Amino acid sequence: MKTLKTVFIASLAIFTMAAQAQTIMIQGATVHTMGKDGTLENTDVFISGGKIQKIGKDLPVPQDIYVFNAEGKPLTPGFFAGITSLGIEEVSAVAESVDGSLALKEMHPEFNIIPAYNPHSSLIPVTRIEGFSFTLLGAGTKGSIFGGQGRLVALNGGYESFIGSSVLFINVGRDASELSGGSRAGQWMLLHQAMQEADNPPASNEARLLTRNGRNTLSAYAENGMKTVFNVDRASDILEVLRFAESYGLSPVISGGAEAWMVAKQLAIAKVPVLLNSLSNLPGNFDSLGSRLDNAAILEAAGVTITFSGAGSHNARKQRQMAGNAVSYGLPHEAGIAALTSNPAQIFGFTDDQGMIRRNKPANVVLWSGDPLEVTSVAERVIINGELIPMESRQTKLRDRYLPENPDMPRAYIKP
Amino acid sequence: MRLKSILALLLMLFVLPISTLQAEVYPSTYNPLPSNPTLITHATILTGTGERLDDASLLIADGKIAFVGQGDVPEGITTIDAKGRWITPGLIDVHSHLGVYASPGVKAHSDGNEMTNPTTPNVWAEHSVWPQDPGFSRALAGGVTTLQTLPGSGNLIGGRGVTLKNVYSNSYQGMKFPGAPHGLKMACGENPKRVYGERKQLPSTRMGNMAAYRSQWILAQRYIDDWEAYEKKVSDGKDDAKAPKRDLKMETLAAVLKGEILVHMHCYRADEMMTILDMADEFGYKITAFHHGVEAYKIADELAEKNVCAALWADWWGFKMEAYDGIQENIAIVDRPEGSCAIVHSDSAEGIQRLNQEAAKAMTRGNLAGMNIPPEHAIGWITSNAAKALGIENSTGSLEKGKMADVVIWDVNPFSVYAKADQVFIDGALVYDRNNPDLQPVSDFELGQLQGVSK
Repeated sequence: MKTLKTVFIASLAIFTMAAQAQTIMIQGATVHTMGKDGTLENTDVFISGGKIQKIGKDLPVPQDIYVFNAEGKPLTPGFFAGITSLGIEEVSAVAESVDGSLALKEMHPEFNIIPAYNPHSSLIPVTRIEGFSFTLLGAGTKGSIFGGQGRLVALNGGYESFIGSSVLFINVGRDASELSGGSRAGQWMLLHQAMQEADNPPASNEARLLTRNGRNTLSAYAENGMKTVFNVDRASDILEVLRFAESYGLSPVISGGAEAWMVAKQLAIAKVPVLLNSLSNLPGNFDSLGSRLDNAAILEAAGVTITFSGAGSHNARKQRQMAGNAVSYGLPHEAGIAALTSNPAQIFGFTDDQGMIRRNKPANVVLWSGDPLEVTSVAERVIINGELIPMESRQTKLRDRYLPENPDMPRAYIKP
Repeated sequence: MRLKSILALLLMLFVLPISTLQAEVYPSTYNPLPSNPTLITHATILTGTGERLDDASLLIADGKIAFVGQGDVPEGITTIDAKGRWITPGLIDVHSHLGVYASPGVKAHSDGNEMTNPTTPNVWAEHSVWPQDPGFSRALAGGVTTLQTLPGSGNLIGGRGVTLKNVYSNSYQGMKFPGAPHGLKMACGENPKRVYGERKQLPSTRMGNMAAYRSQWILAQRYIDDWEAYEKKVSDGKDDAKAPKRDLKMETLAAVLKGEILVHMHCYRADEMMTILDMADEFGYKITAFHHGVEAYKIADELAEKNVCAALWADWWGFKMEAYDGIQENIAIVDRPEGSCAIVHSDSAEGIQRLNQEAAKAMTRGNLAGMNIPPEHAIGWITSNAAKALGIENSTGSLEKGKMADVVIWDVNPFSVYAKADQVFIDGALVYDRNNPDLQPVSDFELGQLQGVSK
């Protein structure tokens, strides 16, 4: 079993360099490094071999490279698209194009979404040209309390662009009560039983919840402190997550967290981050009576690391609007940018790859037309793993097909 | 009024079919809340008629707009100095399910889709509206003063929609927009054929959708004929005049054919919208607005030519096959031709709170695509064009003298993610103030929740 685990962990360490890294100079940007250097005015960033080679003033420009004059516009790390099914789901209502959820009622924490990932999905260009360079592929909520495992991926369209370790998803609270006999207390009963099985496999004739692979998966998460995302909204359920995670050595992340502000202090002390939807302000159900627009601001002020999620897959680009609204309701502007860049990178442990602008690190940067959190701004240039992303998607092609007025031939002949 | 015109009016009433002479049922009991004359000065005003006025004033008196513009203003009334702030008409959402899919979204609140028959023109959304939906208060904070609550799209003919003033009341009648015509929600495409196809009944295809609508229009024409024949017999003094049986379904459809109810048609695909327009021609009625119209940009010219509005999202796409071709320039392209009527709608308890942001996104994409769309034009997508689609453009939707004083004061340019409604007036009454908790309504449902939690 030990050997198995080692192999499992080793396979997580895949690091992919862009196939066609370019040499690029961005001149005169306002560079939000999101690191100790803070924000640098009128600064050049030189990218080559997939990495940021230099950051400074008036850098020399080699010949025959891409040069962009930023004219003071903001340059940020690529943004985080939240938990999505990018590359896992094409059309939500077309079942055969959707692979995000395992609809088996038995517990299969070993379910891993990654083999379903299709880097050629139309959703990926649609999302990345809006300034998003990475997402966390989520695993399902239709089956058992255990959604299974997902992973972070860079949105450069590579087959192997995964980042960091796998992430386990567990659903507790209102949504999962049907999966546990109709009571959320039943959820905790079953979750405890599953963790205890993983720790101490039952005898062959004993009833069990998990397969051997399922047990191995849970013990790997417990032993290695791998990130476990709990989908949960109600304050009392969040506290239960903290207790549960602590007793098994899990490293929890709260997703949803409509009432997280009510337990901000406890989350801060336990150093548990929250992925939240900053547009939630309605009592959408009895788990989220406390929803409010300054959830992000309260959590951040209490010292909780936050990021955003909940815009879905097709409109993951709305994350930016979420951050803007959070800022409108009290989150400091720079914290709003951090929530989409360095925070998710820190939460999932890969600040070397994403979320910061640093020398000798992979180049994941976006040049914006204006304030990156403003709805009237757009991404002008997107660079993922050092590669200049073409600002094209199926949507821009449809736009360019239908923009010309009164064409002579049917638009099927216009092929942008 | 001169005698001649009174006579003409009486004559007109006389020849109108009896059904329309019935007193309004479930009538509006809305009354404007108390208001004082209010003068707002030094604001940037987007009138909703395409104009932008800088350093301008707006006077509200007797619940109406009394003055808009630059120049001398009366003294001695409550004055709000709006220097640096912006004023727009109250926002209007033509597509909401507030009240019929109320928060919390529990099954007991699922009152928007009568999916027991593919054609239910007999149901009225207003009979499902829960006036305590907390969503109304959130929409108000987003500057929404008027909304149309519609039935859902599970049925081909979903039922009547209702236009509401966004005020809290113990009954929906107390919110009902006085004089606003009913809407009729109809739906194209995937939803009805999925719902009924799964039950192995008509419609299970798009051609089935068409067959089912057409059958209903034929019945409605017959219903009108029967009533007209009866009315003729009555007026001719015939003894054998026997009134046809009232039919709630046919009453609604007949009212559509007579132009008294406005058709709001959920339709995504361009080709389907074209088919529906032909159907409207076949039966002699008008489509007031296509809703959702993710492919409306493909037929922008045809929509403008037919004088049909398109109520759209800024960026939703891909959640089903008929939404796969969504683009962010949809609204701007639909808006481009002469005579167009582009509208930003929400269909969402979240989106209705941020119609200004949705319009801002659509405006931005249009400008990037080479169109020149200033805020004073784009504001029409969530005010005057929306009012037109609801048949209330003569009373609200723009800041013009004599119209209802439905007004929003924004802290900054509303085409920004950071903009907030500072104050919202409905019929001149201050019904929301961001800086005064006393003027922030709370629904019964939310009162007293989360006791002991310090906010």
